[in-house]
Amino acid sequence: MSELGPLLDALEKTGEDRAILADPAIAHLVVAGNRILSSRDVPGLDTAIETLPDGVGVQVTIAEGTILEHPIHLCFGLVHRGRQRIRMDVRLKRNASAHIIAHCLFPEPVAIQHLMSAEVAIEDGASLHYSETHFHGSHGEIEVVPKARVRVGRGGLYQADFTLTTGRVGRLDIDTGVQAQENAVVELTARVFGHQTDDIKIREQVDLIGANARGLIKTRIALEDDAKAEVIGITEGRAAGARGHVDCLELIKDRAVARAVPIVNVSHPLAKVTHEAAIGSVDQRQMETLMAHGLTPEEAVDVIVMGVLK
Amino acid sequence: MDVSFRTKGRDILRGVSLEINAGEVHALIGTNGTGKSTLACLIMGCQGFRPDTGEILLAGEPIAALTISERARRGIAMAWQEPVRFEGVSVRQYLALGKGTPPQRALEMVGLPPSLYLERMVDKALSGGERKRIELASLLTLQPKLVILDEPDSGIDMLSTQGIIDVIGVFRNHGAAVLLITHREEIARIADRASQVCGGRIVCTGDPRNVATHYKQRVCTVCNGQECRHV
Repeated sequence: MSELGPLLDALEKTGEDRAILADPAIAHLVVAGNRILSSRDVPGLDTAIETLPDGVGVQVTIAEGTILEHPIHLCFGLVHRGRQRIRMDVRLKRNASAHIIAHCLFPEPVAIQHLMSAEVAIEDGASLHYSETHFHGSHGEIEVVPKARVRVGRGGLYQADFTLTTGRVGRLDIDTGVQAQENAVVELTARVFGHQTDDIKIREQVDLIGANARGLIKTRIALEDDAKAEVIGITEGRAAGARGHVDCLELIKDRAVARAVPIVNVSHPLAKVTHEAAIGSVDQRQMETLMAHGLTPEEAVDVIVMGVLK
Repeated sequence: MDVSFRTKGRDILRGVSLEINAGEVHALIGTNGTGKSTLACLIMGCQGFRPDTGEILLAGEPIAALTISERARRGIAMAWQEPVRFEGVSVRQYLALGKGTPPQRALEMVGLPPSLYLERMVDKALSGGERKRIELASLLTLQPKLVILDEPDSGIDMLSTQGIIDVIGVFRNHGAAVLLITHREEIARIADRASQVCGGRIVCTGDPRNVATHYKQRVCTVCNGQECRHV
């Protein structure tokens, strides 16, 4: 149980209050490596946990029509070294609704590999908001590889936010694929701040296979020192009325290198997919406006970068 | 004083001298491309804008060597013609950059209900008029000694024009000097004095009504229409 303290300290550094784990109305699961440190279910939520040699398998099922009032909190992490494999299987039955907040906490990573693979099924009319926030220490010896395959049923909603703006990124390799049925809505947002030799790869794909499905891929990256990033955002419009947009903004300074590859494929004449990508240093007019409010150039850059990553 | 500025092989300002007193609103009028916004950028110290000759003085002290931040801290503030947007920065945060008038009060003074605007982002979701009024509110929070307003009325609906005039009055009442660049006569007329710029020179200074009349007579005493094409 000695790992719980450092992980909860890191949890609070993400802005979360550790008191959520004591609240009987809030479901949670805390896993260090492959050790389950704490867990709680709430009515309407069914969780099955399997211990793996190097991690855990977690099955989350939310019953039909269940609307969870409070978010489900998942805390995964390792304090120093090792590999943590998380296998997630999330299923929201018809018209269910939930918000999952995942905290991935690596306060002092020396040699850590964090592998996450998720299969998510959102049935017709169901909605899932999935927020994943990482807290990494300052060492950078960490590899994070999250992969997710998501199916969103008719009229369903999937909103996913990935945030890694505290501490070193290390090596990050995100691979997300989402299929959206008729009238489904998908929003994927990733915000990452890379420093020193951090290496960031993000590949997100939204297939709008149902009529009037909508998708947004939004990526915000800030890089400094020798960090590098490659962002691939793919949206396919395959049905009438499908609407998609890919929006990538990368701010760089020092010797950082950024690459953005927005790919839009449309195979139905009544579908429409658009994209915008911008890479560059901080906008000069924004700088001047903030400096005209008395900020130093360094303070102005901080306001702009943290705003973009917010 | 006697400021000249040349860029890309073209003289933009030629020996411009202008004095604005504390508590005075000075309107700058003239056709597009005559150098009004360039003068504003030179006073604020924007990147790439340094006088080739002449001096810019604030309360008698030369400021040419100061950065924008240093000029701002000495009391110069500017609202650009098209204020930029900031993703992820709330109106509350933006207005908190100043240390003077509280954000809530500043929004009220520009006619924006704080309950509707404080938590909004200063981003693309704001209309042009809303963004301009928030910029004016941000200047109110700075309590500047010299305010440069570059066409604060453009993109503002007719009903809100009086609100802009009221805000300019607040700056004046607080003892600030206001340099007001405008194309609208009803705005220029609230000034204490006005100057007409043509071809990078000030061709006429005086009572705003007289200067506006001179401007509308389409007479240019300097270039005779050769450069400003106003005749």
